[in-house]
Amino acid sequence: MLGFDALDLARFQFAFTVSFHILFPAFSIGLASYLTVLEGLRLKTGNEIYHNLYRFWVRIFAVVFGLGVVSGVVMAYEFGTNWSGFAERAGDITGVLLTYEVLTAFFMEAGFLGIMLFGEGRVSKKLHFTATCLVAVGTLISMTWILMSNSWMQTPAGYEVIDGRFEPANWLEIMFNPSFPYRIVHMGLAAFISVGFFVGGVGAYHLLRNRRDPAARKMFSMAMWAIMVALPVQIIAGDMHGLNTLEHQPAKVAAMEGHWENEPGQKGMPLLLFALPSMDDGANRLELAVPYASSLILTHTLDGQIQGLKDWPRDEWPNVPLVFWSFRIMVGLGMLMLGMGIVGLFLRWKGQLYEARWFQRITLFTAPVGFIALLAGWVTTEAGRQPWVVYGMLRTADAVSSHGVASMITTLIGFMVVYAIIFGIGIYYMLKLLKSEPMNMVPAGGPGHERQPKRPMSAADNSFEEQN
Amino acid sequence: MTIDLPVIWYLLIGFAVAMYVMMDGFSLGVGILFPFVRGDEQRDVMMNTVAPVWDGNQTWMILGGAGLYGAFPLAYAVILPAMYLPLILMLLALIFRGIAFEFRFKSNRSRKWFDLAFSGGAMVATFSQGVVLGGIINGLAVSERAYQGGSFDWFSPFALFTGLALMAGYALLGAGWLIMKTEGDLQKRFYQFSRPLTLLLVASMIIISVWTPLSNGRIAERWFTFPNIVWFAPVPILVALLSWSIWHGVTHGHERRLFFKVLGLFFLGLSGLVISFFPLIIPPDITLWDASSARASQTFLIVGYVVLVPLVLAYTAYSYYVFRGKVRAGEGYH
Repeated sequence: MLGFDALDLARFQFAFTVSFHILFPAFSIGLASYLTVLEGLRLKTGNEIYHNLYRFWVRIFAVVFGLGVVSGVVMAYEFGTNWSGFAERAGDITGVLLTYEVLTAFFMEAGFLGIMLFGEGRVSKKLHFTATCLVAVGTLISMTWILMSNSWMQTPAGYEVIDGRFEPANWLEIMFNPSFPYRIVHMGLAAFISVGFFVGGVGAYHLLRNRRDPAARKMFSMAMWAIMVALPVQIIAGDMHGLNTLEHQPAKVAAMEGHWENEPGQKGMPLLLFALPSMDDGANRLELAVPYASSLILTHTLDGQIQGLKDWPRDEWPNVPLVFWSFRIMVGLGMLMLGMGIVGLFLRWKGQLYEARWFQRITLFTAPVGFIALLAGWVTTEAGRQPWVVYGMLRTADAVSSHGVASMITTLIGFMVVYAIIFGIGIYYMLKLLKSEPMNMVPAGGPGHERQPKRPMSAADNSFEEQN
Repeated sequence: MTIDLPVIWYLLIGFAVAMYVMMDGFSLGVGILFPFVRGDEQRDVMMNTVAPVWDGNQTWMILGGAGLYGAFPLAYAVILPAMYLPLILMLLALIFRGIAFEFRFKSNRSRKWFDLAFSGGAMVATFSQGVVLGGIINGLAVSERAYQGGSFDWFSPFALFTGLALMAGYALLGAGWLIMKTEGDLQKRFYQFSRPLTLLLVASMIIISVWTPLSNGRIAERWFTFPNIVWFAPVPILVALLSWSIWHGVTHGHERRLFFKVLGLFFLGLSGLVISFFPLIIPPDITLWDASSARASQTFLIVGYVVLVPLVLAYTAYSYYVFRGKVRAGEGYH
């Protein structure tokens, strides 16, 4: 298809299915924690606004969690179907980590989700709060295992290679490999910020409809505080993660910076705001740069230098334009979000937070930017790891299953069609739910009501079509 | 004496697979029977009987797959690409099945599409699982620790037959479950389905039991030489007794027994497969010891498995207990 070989198609298929999938767990991670905060505040203050907000968001959580489950099952099998070379050589490590995720997170989430979604009125308030906490903890445990596995692929440690296979030598070193602490902080914060922006956007929507709605005010205000707290921390965490990457995966950082080589006599590295990197030329076109800034960020000195891409053979370069631009999209959106957080803080200080409709409109339109930044960040780190699947040890080309192009195209089209359909239905339904007024979440549930545990999306019991 | 860890893992993964087959088996069976029952209200009841438990059931499939990945990475890395097309078809079908569960009750005009997604998803997923089973039994071409066959090696009359056989089996499990969970005219329908489905399932089991030893000398030797024939004779004898008992039980109205008898048939069928193939994990040549991960992997993982699986079983049992009893029209929990 268009000159793609089976490896390109396998990579594209994985990128497509995992990008689709990661949105939902990220959403679940942030939203479960938000719901925990809401329910905790409700128990502490007795304020019904928190109860209404809980009921408003728990319906969204049900839909998001359900889509995460169905798209996640695919991932658990794709490692074997499409990347059998990787599964065979690294399964002793990554297979074990994945099984621990199933045992410690998936079953626990499924077990307590029922009480969380449908248990109000059936169990005590404290037990219900406990269930919400456990589901939130389950999402975090799940993130922990899968990021251990991913981080191990980025910065492998604690293994020995026997007959070409990775065997565990030290489980603590495997689990707490060099990039894991940075990655989990960076990803966890990214999930919180993405959901913060989304909640802020929905709050803005309801403020635009009725600026007196106390629940809309509360969610908008909470989101703005969360963003102001999390974003500065995230920028520091991202910087530290970048330095960790520079230490362990310098070629990735060189691609992120569009840095080809250190010219003789050159002092310091500029930060490229814009450039068109060309891998054929080994150079950039149309550079727009801030002098010394890259040195300052990466080496914390004015004249420090890092290795350029030409220090590695060409067949060890990642796709430079992709890494370069996805990184800039992530950072750019991060700066936009920080700017909005600061404006929000300023408006709050001026007492205009609930009045400034222009700001609410911007917040509404930028509701998905956190998720876009999150995806761009994953593209940077995953595409930047190429051509390796286990960095420096196992090439992606040696990890792929030997399917023919025809098989790969057939399944890729299958995934695209099916995901388009379920994504369409899911988004359509979620938008319907988001439009209902947050202060009118009449407490419901309990025996005799049309609710039933253990079906994730069923907490949302509104019909998504008009009655005939 | 050292513990033979790979054998223990073979049994642990077999347990997860058996849990999946039996538990999602009846959920999928309900979907297979869906088109044979008319009426929105009746179908609501059918769906509600499995609604609270289906996604917990499906998690066993993830445990089976992930466990294979961690404990027998070679088997995971050979079977999955070999069965690529039927497996992807199964995953896509399961997405439709799951989505239908959630959205059917929320739709009015498009309800017929979600009916189709539910029953079509269940049928295609079941058929694919049966094809995968048949394809594995037929054997896979492996060399240099990788699958060397083509995209359609699984395609054979035998695999298509096991696909259809599994549909009959899951449908019978579903009928047994629905007899337990429904009453009145609806329940009568499932009693009526039971005998033809039992005939189909038992006939399929006999055909598979004749077909495999005929085409594979090693399996014939395993079953039909002395003293094995004595040790393994209880399996076919119990199958015969259970089938007879299911056939006659239908008219006696013991509404719970049928389901558990069919579960018994499934257990015997799986035992038969283990007897035929142990210690092979990828027929025709790869044993479970060949495919094992490092001892350090299997040791590290077994600790979690042994502690956590009983816990999972406990709250699974609790959720079945909470939703015990008949499901009636109109009291749907959707």
